[in-house]
Amino acid sequence: MNAVEIRGLTKAFGSGDSRVVANANVDLVIPAGTIHALVGENGAGKSTAMKMLFGMLEPDSGEIRVNGDRVRFKSPMDAMRSGIGMVHQHFMLAGPYTVLENILLGAESTGPFSRLPLAEAEKRLKSLCDRYSMPVDPHARIEDLPVGMQQRVEILKLLYRDSKILILDEPTAVLTPQEIDALFSNLRRLRDEGRTIVIITHKLKEVLAISDRVSVLRQGRLAGYMETAHATAEKLAEWMVGRKVILSVAAAATAGHGRGEPRLKVQNLLRGVSFEVRAGEIVGIAGVEGNGQTELLRSLLLPEGRSVEILGKDVSKSPASRIRELPVAFFPEDRLRDGLLMDESAERNLLLGNQRNPKFVDRWGVIRKGALDAALERAWHEFDLRPKRRQMASRGYSGGNQQKLVIAREFEHDPKLVVSAHPTRGVDVGAIEWIHRKLMDARDSGAGVLLVSSELDEILALSDRILVLLDGRIVAEYAGGSVDALTIGRAMGGARA
Amino acid sequence: MSDLIGILESSLRIASPLIFAAMGGLLCERSGVIQIGLEGLMIVGGFAAAVGALQTGSAAAGLAAAALAGVVFGYVYAELSVRFRANQIVAGTGMNFLAMGLVPFLSKVLYENTGTTPSLPLEQRLSWHWAVVLALGIVAGVAWMIRSTPVGLWIRFAGEHPAALESAGISPRRVRMRSVIAGSALAAMGGAVLSIGLASAYSRNMVAGRGFMALTALIFGKWRAWPALGACLLFGLAEGLQVRFQSGAIPVQLMQVLPYALTLVVLAGFVGRARAPQALGRQD
Repeated sequence: MNAVEIRGLTKAFGSGDSRVVANANVDLVIPAGTIHALVGENGAGKSTAMKMLFGMLEPDSGEIRVNGDRVRFKSPMDAMRSGIGMVHQHFMLAGPYTVLENILLGAESTGPFSRLPLAEAEKRLKSLCDRYSMPVDPHARIEDLPVGMQQRVEILKLLYRDSKILILDEPTAVLTPQEIDALFSNLRRLRDEGRTIVIITHKLKEVLAISDRVSVLRQGRLAGYMETAHATAEKLAEWMVGRKVILSVAAAATAGHGRGEPRLKVQNLLRGVSFEVRAGEIVGIAGVEGNGQTELLRSLLLPEGRSVEILGKDVSKSPASRIRELPVAFFPEDRLRDGLLMDESAERNLLLGNQRNPKFVDRWGVIRKGALDAALERAWHEFDLRPKRRQMASRGYSGGNQQKLVIAREFEHDPKLVVSAHPTRGVDVGAIEWIHRKLMDARDSGAGVLLVSSELDEILALSDRILVLLDGRIVAEYAGGSVDALTIGRAMGGARA
Repeated sequence: MSDLIGILESSLRIASPLIFAAMGGLLCERSGVIQIGLEGLMIVGGFAAAVGALQTGSAAAGLAAAALAGVVFGYVYAELSVRFRANQIVAGTGMNFLAMGLVPFLSKVLYENTGTTPSLPLEQRLSWHWAVVLALGIVAGVAWMIRSTPVGLWIRFAGEHPAALESAGISPRRVRMRSVIAGSALAAMGGAVLSIGLASAYSRNMVAGRGFMALTALIFGKWRAWPALGACLLFGLAEGLQVRFQSGAIPVQLMQVLPYALTLVVLAGFVGRARAPQALGRQD
């Protein structure tokens, strides 16, 4: 019996020139009582397909069957009535209210103006917690709970509604390795008692670890489907990208780097973060998102009195414009917001932040066309920016090429220090290796590199030294190559792991 | 002693229109819609109540007329702010100006003057005892509804995390539309208490910033019913004292400033960690 059967699902957004086909003729067959992974790169159409299954979007054509019955969902309410529940990537929980209130929302089962059945709900929640060994305090406020626990509340919310088909959108993005293990064992238990689980992800390692079957989407189409037992990461990556991909990151960093002069020195940022990045080393900052990474990165460009030295120069009172005149490359955390002007061409974006750079602008404030052309040539050839189009708006590039554009621009500063935040987030599998190579080349040619990332594998593969950030503090430091993911994971989780 | 009781009595009386308006504001704002139009709602409510009571000779009908006017105004504001996603500060200010212009106009049409309705005989006025009892009942009702009923839960989520409400199968827009309309009716009833309860007619500039004062009380009360009631009573006390001591040695003008000065002091000094509903005024 198939829990979900999707045939010829098609959905397009916009019209005319800006028409984007998010799903084209997608077929998905998901047998009941299995864990199904739906993988693909950003923009491949995974979320669109699941939003249609959950009634948040209506398909243009194609049919959806749930437990054999043809369904047409007009809203998530319809989907929930058919036993489908979804854990969204950004949790649907209100911080100031209790676990119980969040779980009860929309499932009150009493008249709108009568008393909330809190006591009964608590009893039912307790029995669910016991049955699935997922303890949680019903009276705790959501905002006081760690992220892993919040996710547990989301899953309990679905179980409270007795959802038989659970869709989880990128459930591991915000978890420590320990929390991921706990989540996976809970999911297996739910499957073993007959529920069906669909997990949306782009992490191949997790696909192989948890799923029974896997479907791969590429550019809105089904690129492949197989039983996970027969799958390999290489095969899945090939389906995702459409060509062979080298997944193994270049040889792990070796000790012996980082004997050079300090390129970045910070003291007492956040709640007492102090460290140095020396010439010829990559320093990785590991940590679950939201533990101070954003504030740390921000104070490197806007020190506002905090103690920051860049290339031996005290910049604690310098404005960002002064800091940007130094040979330093910054890859911002959110490149769509802070890295690129999405409606402008590659050429314009290469100029961004170089408005006062004499290489690009003469002393009368006129742009040196020749220098800009040369930079564009370099972006095309050295940085492999594709497609090679002069006038296309930057939003037209893929995630990987947008990041290449940022990298190409930042390398125009001939950086002696590279500050790189989540350099491969939302980047196609094919471009990840290239970006890692670039960072290692920068290090090998004597730059200091600061790498902030929530991808533990990336930190492990590239870093000569690893610092773990938790709650605004550095809680652990390791030499690269001497530590495994589990150890770092424990440090990332702090006392609560 | 009788002096003290007198002051308390008058502050309770003076606070009652504020209480209605603050509770109305609470319903709107907890659902995520900024309600800066309380002033205008009190104006139309006050006028509609006076007209209704004059026409029918019944205070209850006056109160009902005010509620109806509040529903109409609230509906217009809900359409603007919830359906058409207008900027809520701008739309709310617009509603205030609309009220300030509409009432003198209607008054001119009905009574040949720009702002004052004919006086009601005493027996057709709303007894202020009843107004106070009703106000306190509404506070209790609103507090209970917000805390303990499904509707209250929906309103709280609409104001805090509308996407969560939607994913639970309930439309945040519908919840907001209804909260705004219900809240507007309550605020307009506050105007009615002012015109046919505390006075015997609607007169021009009668509301005199009480809508904004109610909004301040709501914020001071951190968007919670009982604390907001406390804030209203405090403002009522300040105004009661002001009236009491007008004949004293202190210059009248200085005393008249008291309620407003208190509003400022309270806002600056005591609100501190006030935390507005997360989605208040947001349109996504």
